[in-house]
Amino acid sequence: MTTMTAAGDAAHTRHHWWQHRTLSRFLRHRLAATGLAIILMLTLACLLGPHLLPYDELTVDLRARFSPPLTQDHYLGTDPLGRDIAARLLMAGRISLLVGFSVMLISTVFGTLIGVVAGYFRGWVGSVLMRIVDAFLAFPSIFLVLVLSAFVEPSPFMITVIIALTCWMEIARIVEAEILSLRERDFTIAARLSGASARWIMFRELVPNAMGPIIVAATLTIANAILLEAYISFLGYGIQPPLPSWGNMLNSAQQYLADAPWLAIVPGITITLAVSSFNFIGDGLRDALDSRSNLP
Amino acid sequence: MPADVMIETVALKKHFPVRKGILQREAKAVRALDGISLTIRRGEVLGLVGESGSGKSTLGKTLMMQEPPTSGQIVFGDTEISRFSERLLKPFRRRMQMIFQDPFSSLNPRMSVGDSLTMPLRFQAPDMSASARLDKARQVIETVGLSGDILERFPHEFSGGQRQRIGIARALITDPEFIVADEAVSALDVSVQAQVLNLLTEIRHRWQLTMLFVTHDLAVVGHIADRVAVMYLGKIVEVAPTRELFTRPRHPYTEALMSAVPTPERRAHQRIMLEGDIPSPISPPSGCAFRTRCPYAKPACADSAPPLDVRGTGHYAACHRPELELASPIAT
Repeated sequence: MTTMTAAGDAAHTRHHWWQHRTLSRFLRHRLAATGLAIILMLTLACLLGPHLLPYDELTVDLRARFSPPLTQDHYLGTDPLGRDIAARLLMAGRISLLVGFSVMLISTVFGTLIGVVAGYFRGWVGSVLMRIVDAFLAFPSIFLVLVLSAFVEPSPFMITVIIALTCWMEIARIVEAEILSLRERDFTIAARLSGASARWIMFRELVPNAMGPIIVAATLTIANAILLEAYISFLGYGIQPPLPSWGNMLNSAQQYLADAPWLAIVPGITITLAVSSFNFIGDGLRDALDSRSNLP
Repeated sequence: MPADVMIETVALKKHFPVRKGILQREAKAVRALDGISLTIRRGEVLGLVGESGSGKSTLGKTLMMQEPPTSGQIVFGDTEISRFSERLLKPFRRRMQMIFQDPFSSLNPRMSVGDSLTMPLRFQAPDMSASARLDKARQVIETVGLSGDILERFPHEFSGGQRQRIGIARALITDPEFIVADEAVSALDVSVQAQVLNLLTEIRHRWQLTMLFVTHDLAVVGHIADRVAVMYLGKIVEVAPTRELFTRPRHPYTEALMSAVPTPERRAHQRIMLEGDIPSPISPPSGCAFRTRCPYAKPACADSAPPLDVRGTGHYAACHRPELELASPIAT
């Protein structure tokens, strides 16, 4: 009586569910698709650009100081020391984007771990972990970052660690809430009733099903991290000159705002573009991965 | 204990505390199971019926030791397991498995069918090689009427009925002796329901399974169960062999439940309408819990809870009025 059902209705498609549905939904989100295109171009430019430009980001040319954009082959002009802004911008982009991605990786992994352990074990383990999360959240992150960076050597690595320390709580909270609801689902109960280990249930049953919200939060974390790095570098506690970062380029532009406005405008626009692109990508992913609109 | 008993409960209680105030004091408790003593014999299918909130699903889950009971005993085979830790329970988990109600929630959407099926073996048969596990999965998936090449696919590619078959296969893969089927066909279309019921009947005979079949559907229970237990507000009110219960109910609640089953012949006025909702299991009525809705209640019913008394061979009912001649609305 039964073999006919196997070949029946739903069985002809063979692909991962996200392979086209989520992707096409994401691309239909105009702003998100534009954001993705901008980030891809920006990343590509930062990786390849410095090799194609005639100047290196540290070459000082005092005869060419304060050249406005499009002076000879200084496409974006030069700074008070005559260094090429285009070259500096792209090298700074490498650092800023790298900091952004690294912070995202560290804080996502850490936040997910905390969230899944708190959500799975609940009880006092969950309470203690989530109160720690609350304690971290209670500090305004910009002050926390400034206080921490006052104590350490501000290398790009330390800046990344410091920013990551202030970015993982949001993800921990999202993951914990998600796990609390997933752990009551029948497939989790089935695993428990089969004697599955806590590790299996957490990382094979629960976390893969929370990936949607985690990915969204991770994307928004990149935007947040880039912004935080720009803040602290702008305030002088972050990436130290002569190493360029988008934040410290803004910092050195302050005193020449009236005479050489491109010094501030160029990195300013770049930060805005990068941050809002990541935010739009996050929005698009949120819509595309929304499990409620994904029900079969 | 006689060797033919698979699982037995003695005065089993499961109370869920209702916490109140900032101090989370345990103010009251929902008495989901309020003293269940029940025996399921090896090889039989016991149907468990009752309306929503009667505690029937809680009984199934508690037998599976999803959570420890509040008090009372669960004897599985010849071992009292109700106080066992998860570590001690692990070897018993191979021998008892569960089939879930909702085929869309019972399979992990991010796990291939093969991974879902072999998951219990990873923990119950750790010595088995990955390929031996897959062979076993292929074997059970064919037993439930699906083809062996679906193991790499994902649950979303299947219909509700197919998913339910996969869920049944997962329950069978550890060669269990006892299965709790919690509303296993309730979420399916009627035509698919019949197919899955036939499959369960077939499997049950082939594997000599003992089953607790939890459902609210009397027609389904009549089809598959050897005996039926009727639950009301956390208590068993009647237990009897299926045919006996259907032809000669001895508890007014059973009579009312059966009169609610739609049949082509019956007219509306022949139904016994129960008034009101099932009372709150936080504060059940005194005496007989059913008296507030019972058409035959006397004042004395409020005084004491009726015990589950013998009414015939293997027939027990908990009612203060054993003299009642109740109608048998269903001719089977």
